[in-house]
Amino acid sequence: MDLLHVKRVYKSYASHTALHNVSLHIPEQSIFGLLGPNGAGKTSLIRIINQITAPDKGEVFFEKEKLSPKHISQIGYLPEERGLYKKMKVGEQALYLAQLKGMSKSEAKVKLQNWFEKFDIAPWWDKKVEELSKGMAQKVQFITTVLHEPKLLILDEPFSGFDPINTNLIKKEILELREKGSTIIFSTHNMESVEEICDSIALINRSKKILDGNVDEIKHQYRSNTYEIIFVGNMIAFSTALWTGFEILKSSTENGKTKVEVKGATPNASVNSLIGALVSQVKIISVNEHTPSMNEIFIKKVQEVMPETLEEGGDDE
Amino acid sequence: MNKILLIIKREYLTRVKKTSFIVMTLVGPLLIAALMIVPAWLALKDKDIQIVEVIDETGQFINQFESTETLQFDHQFMNIEKAKEEFYDTKYTSILYINSTDKNAEVEMFYKKQPGVSTIKQIENTIESAINTLELKNKFNITKDQLEQTKSSITVKTIYRDISGSEESKSSTISSVLGLAGAVMIYFFIFMYGIQVMRGVIEEKTSRIVEIIISSVKPFQLMMGKIIGIALVGLTQFILWMVLTGTIVTIAQVALNQSIDVASTPAGLEEAMQGQDIQIDKQKMLTQFSSIIEEIPIAQMLFSFLFYFLGGYLLYAALLAAIGSAVDSEADTQQFMMPVTIPLIFSFVVAQTVIENPDGAMAFWLSIFPLTSPIIMMVRIPFGVDAWELILSMVLLVLGFIGATWMAGKIYRTGILMYGKKVNYKELWKWLFYKG
Repeated sequence: MDLLHVKRVYKSYASHTALHNVSLHIPEQSIFGLLGPNGAGKTSLIRIINQITAPDKGEVFFEKEKLSPKHISQIGYLPEERGLYKKMKVGEQALYLAQLKGMSKSEAKVKLQNWFEKFDIAPWWDKKVEELSKGMAQKVQFITTVLHEPKLLILDEPFSGFDPINTNLIKKEILELREKGSTIIFSTHNMESVEEICDSIALINRSKKILDGNVDEIKHQYRSNTYEIIFVGNMIAFSTALWTGFEILKSSTENGKTKVEVKGATPNASVNSLIGALVSQVKIISVNEHTPSMNEIFIKKVQEVMPETLEEGGDDE
Repeated sequence: MNKILLIIKREYLTRVKKTSFIVMTLVGPLLIAALMIVPAWLALKDKDIQIVEVIDETGQFINQFESTETLQFDHQFMNIEKAKEEFYDTKYTSILYINSTDKNAEVEMFYKKQPGVSTIKQIENTIESAINTLELKNKFNITKDQLEQTKSSITVKTIYRDISGSEESKSSTISSVLGLAGAVMIYFFIFMYGIQVMRGVIEEKTSRIVEIIISSVKPFQLMMGKIIGIALVGLTQFILWMVLTGTIVTIAQVALNQSIDVASTPAGLEEAMQGQDIQIDKQKMLTQFSSIIEEIPIAQMLFSFLFYFLGGYLLYAALLAAIGSAVDSEADTQQFMMPVTIPLIFSFVVAQTVIENPDGAMAFWLSIFPLTSPIIMMVRIPFGVDAWELILSMVLLVLGFIGATWMAGKIYRTGILMYGKKVNYKELWKWLFYKG
C-alpha cells in the first residue's frame, strides 16, 4: 500500500516553476530516495508534503486520505538547513519541539531520555545548544525529528555534518525505523547512500519528475551490457573473439594480467558467446558485469533531458 | 490553539528567565527611586548654609532680609574695608555691601563660598522690594501695610461648556503631565518590545529553526505566539517596575521622615509651631490637588492607557515581525525600519505641540490615524475628548491592527523561508498575494 501519493502537483513562484505535474507513489515501510540536482524542486515538494506551503494544483494523499493538518503529528521533518534555538537548553528545547508535534510533556520526557542515552548525549541535557559541537546538535535534531514516532519521516540530506561513525549510527537508526514500520523519504544528491539504503527512488530535474521506480529495477534497466574481463594471455588472441559482437572500451596490463572492458555493440550481444569464444584463446581469471551506479544513471538521465543542467544549479529550491 | 499557548509560554519564559531581564527589572526601579530619593536625601544630609554679613551704609534695609534655614542674614555696623579685612576670621560666607538706595543701585557681594543663583535672586528681590517700599513711602506716602492690603491673587479657572449646557472644569497642567507620562510610557514600550519581536523573528530565521517549527504549526500561529508572549514580558516588567518603585520609594520616605524627626527634635517649640503652620498649608494644597485630580477622568484614562498601550504595541509588533521575516540579518532592516519608526518618533516629537492645542486639527487627525493615535490620543485624553472621536480612534486602531497583522502574516509566511535574497518593497508587495 502507498503511504503517500502525490498526484499531479504543480507549484510555481513569481518567476519560476518549482514543480510541474509531479506524481509519486511512496510505498509503506520503505525508504524512498528523492533525488535531483540543486534547484530541481525537491524542497518545494517536501514543503508541500509538510504543509508548509500548498500546491497550486494537484493533491497529496496520506494513507488514501487527503493531506490535512491532522497528519502533522504523523510526519517528522529534518530540513537540510538545520538549526536550534542557540540560547535554549538542549532538553528543554527537545521537549518544546516534541510538544509542538502534539506529544504530552511526560511522554516526551521519558522517550527523550531513552534516545539521549542511546546517542550518548545524556550529559548534555542541561547545556545550552551553543555549547554543543555541530555533530551533537545534529544528533539532537535527529532525535527531535523521530521522537514522536511518525509514520512518515522526511530527511533532507540527513548525513551532512556527520563524521563516518555517526553517519553509520544514523544509517542504522534509519534502517531500524523502517523495520519498525516507518516510511522514510530521503532527499539527497549523494548517490552512494541512495544505493545503500533506498528501496525506490524518484529523480526530479527542472521541476519535472524524469525517472522513478525500484532501485534494482532501475539499475537493471540501465544495464549497458558492459563487462570487465581479466585474463592471462595475448591481447591479439583476445581480439579474435570480438566477432561475437563486442568492442573494447579500455584495456591495461599489469603483472601479466590484462584487464579489458568490453561493451556489447548491440543489445543482443551475449556475454556467454564471448566467453565461449575466449576460453580457447586465453586463460580467463574473472568476468564481471559492470552495473551502472546510481550516480551514473543520475548524470546520464539529467544530461539526457537538459544537457547543460549540471553546470547550473539554482539558489533556492 | 494549544500550540499557540506553547509558543507564548516559550517566548515568555525564555525571556523572563534571562539574566538581562532580571537585572533590568531590579535595576530599573532602583534607578527611578534613586532619581526621586537622592536629591531629597542630599538636601537633608548636607545642608548648604549661607551666612551673609550685611553691611548697609544706607540703613534702610535693616530687618528687610528674612533669614531662612539655609540662608541667614546678619547686620553688622562696620566699615566695609574693615569687614573685608576680617572676612576670613568670621563665620560669614559672604559680605553684602549696599551703599545706595538708588533705583539702579549697584550692590556688591564678596564671597568665599559661591552663593547659588537662587540666593542671589532672593537678595536682589529683597533689595528691589525694599527700595520699592521706600520709594512709595517717600514719593507717595504709602506704607508697606497699605500696599499689602491692595495685593491680589488671581487664577483663571477654565470651564468647558458642551452643547447640552453641562459644564466641566479642567486643570491643564496636571492633565498635560499625566497625558505626556502615559504617552512616553507607550512610546518606550512599543519601541523596546516591538524591536524584541523583530529580533526574535530574525533569530529564528537565521538559526534555521523556523522550518522545523512551521512544519508543526502555522506561520501565523508562530508569529502571533511570539507577539503575545513578548507583550506579556513587557507587561510583567512594567508591573514589576511599578510595584518595586512604589515599595522602594515608600520605604525610603519612611526612613527619611524618621531622620527628619530625629534631626528636628532639639530645635524647640518655636519650630514646632512653624511646623503646624506648614502642615495647614500642606493640607490646603492637598485638598486643592485632590479636587484637580477629581476633575481628570481617571477611569477613562486608565482604560484608554491600557487600550492604546496594547493596541499600539500589537500594531507595531506585527509590522516589525514582518520586517524581521523579510531580512537575513538585523543590518538589513534599516530601509524597512524607517517608514515604521517615523510615525512613532514623529508623534512623540509633536506631543508637546498637541498639549498646547489639544483640540486643534493636527491633534485631531493624529489621534485618529492608527500609527500615531496611541501616543497622541494619550496626550489628548486628560483634556477631554468627545466620545465619538475616542470611539473612532479606537475602532481605527483595532482595524489598523487587524490589517497590519494580516499583512504581516502574509509577508512573514513567505519571508521566513526566503534566504539570501535582497528584498525590496516590490518584492514584499508580491508576497502579499502569494497563495498558501
